[in-house]
Amino acid sequence: MYEQTVRPLKGAGDPLSGGVVATGLGKRFGDLWALRGLDLNVAPGTVLGLLGHNGAGKTTAIRILTTLSQATEGSATVAGIDVAAHPGRVRERIGVAAQQATVDGLMTARLNLQTIGCLHGMSKAEARRRGDVLLERLDLSEFASKLVRTYSGGMRRRLDVAASLMGQPEVLFLDEPTTGLDPRSRGDLWEMLRELVSEGTTIILTTQYLEEADRMANDIVVLDHGRTVAHGTPAELKARIGDDRLDVKVANASELPGAAKAISVFAEEEPMYDMDGLVVTAPIRPGVRVIDVVRALDDAGIEAIDIARREATLDDVFMSLTSNSHHQRDDSKDDQRDPI
Amino acid sequence: MSKSVLTDSLILARRNLEHIRQVPEKLTNVTVQPLMFVLLFAYVFGGAINVDNGGYKEYLIGGILIQTLAFAMMGPAMSIATDLKEGVIDRFRTLPSRRSAYLFGHYLAEMAGSLLTIVILLGTGLIVGWRTHAGFLHVAEGLALLLVFATAVIWIGLWLGILVRSPDAVMGIGFVIVFPITFISNAFVPIQSMPSVLQWVASANPISVLIAAVRTLFGNPVSPVTKHIWPIDHPVPAAWIYSVLLVALGWTIASRRYRARTMD
Repeated sequence: MYEQTVRPLKGAGDPLSGGVVATGLGKRFGDLWALRGLDLNVAPGTVLGLLGHNGAGKTTAIRILTTLSQATEGSATVAGIDVAAHPGRVRERIGVAAQQATVDGLMTARLNLQTIGCLHGMSKAEARRRGDVLLERLDLSEFASKLVRTYSGGMRRRLDVAASLMGQPEVLFLDEPTTGLDPRSRGDLWEMLRELVSEGTTIILTTQYLEEADRMANDIVVLDHGRTVAHGTPAELKARIGDDRLDVKVANASELPGAAKAISVFAEEEPMYDMDGLVVTAPIRPGVRVIDVVRALDDAGIEAIDIARREATLDDVFMSLTSNSHHQRDDSKDDQRDPI
Repeated sequence: MSKSVLTDSLILARRNLEHIRQVPEKLTNVTVQPLMFVLLFAYVFGGAINVDNGGYKEYLIGGILIQTLAFAMMGPAMSIATDLKEGVIDRFRTLPSRRSAYLFGHYLAEMAGSLLTIVILLGTGLIVGWRTHAGFLHVAEGLALLLVFATAVIWIGLWLGILVRSPDAVMGIGFVIVFPITFISNAFVPIQSMPSVLQWVASANPISVLIAAVRTLFGNPVSPVTKHIWPIDHPVPAAWIYSVLLVALGWTIASRRYRARTMD
């Protein structure tokens, strides 16, 4: 059951000696595949961003890699150790901050960390010392002796990150770590994670925010309905997403094709439209002025209610990466969720 | 970094004790409630209930001991349900701790609570005039039986908590199960005062058998047997069989349920 620690040489030239490798990882709940065909190769000391909406399979992937859940198919190694074969040894090397802050509300922050440290095999004093260092690092020292149930959501989240660092993990898993954090705490956390990476920690983080993935990750995997829809560096991904978006809202559905045609001359790729929202969207070429779009629409006799230019969002990533255009994301949910 | 199950269990048990330090009200059901029951039955209802050979106070303590220990099922069930609801359990499962330590830690902490209950009840009993009238070995056997029964109840409570998951539901279900089981028994009134049908139910009730065994071992008056079934006719061996079987059953179903719930 409980394996002895045999720490492999880290980064000893063997690609399996560290980091995270997954091959064809899949998880089925009933007849629904929450995750399918996930391939990962995260080098030690780098950050992988798992990007996707709620239900995309991010948490499922994290749960399998952190030994909380068993894969239906495929295999994975974390820090060089097979997660299915040696979960106990994997647990000695990982830190996990789940989406739901898993800290004990009826204990103080300090005792929460101390308990976790002791379960990592530290002495009480050692655990307390390390806990205090982490509380300081996450800006929680002031509240160290307060009951966690009095904490705000953001404080709980930071404490959860501290908890995940108690064991000095080789690989750190963070499931939407910055959700609920104010911009300043978010920036602080990013900075701390960068320090950890520079010290050699491998990080896998999930996020719904493109910006976060962009700023933190060396590599990004975009998940949608359990499937990997894109994989690359932030720069590669952004090149695929295109530039700013142009949204044109029309009065009724019959005008959508006309509007799409009118703005296609300004667009990087075929405009997509959303039948329910009556909006045509297209990635816009650099240098295009909104006034030109207005004129073109006017010339085509389209009655535009609203015209807006904005930065590309995660939704646009999905629009261009997941659907074969002219589809709203939710429309395609059912057929994409079915197992093959 | 090789640690034993016991080390990890103790670390986790300390967590429960810390909860009690922070929310002392959690202890009321194992401290104040049994005390209240003793006083209530000894002085309010007791006068109306007739018991031969020793009087009601001598009769009462065995009943309240088993009844209170049975109610101690709620504590572990609540703790586990809360852990599951808050996801704390996932944290421990990603730590390099022994898997069985989680349930065992809860068991140790709850057992400490049950020990406290037993001490408080015996102390209160002595104050209101209860005494043992048996040899040291018999009294010791009675205490051992209480501990084994307490163990069984806690494991069943742990199972219930994993099964139900919601602390509120635990409260409801616990009451609906434990209340009738402990009251339709010889705990507070002699069985012969009940209608015939209930006499059968109360005589067959394992709680009655346990209570009769404790009273016998402590040398206290027992409820005369009116419906002859083997267990109630032989309370001491039957109580041991029941308790040991319940420990085995509770431990098995709790561990199994825990494995099923935490491995998806």
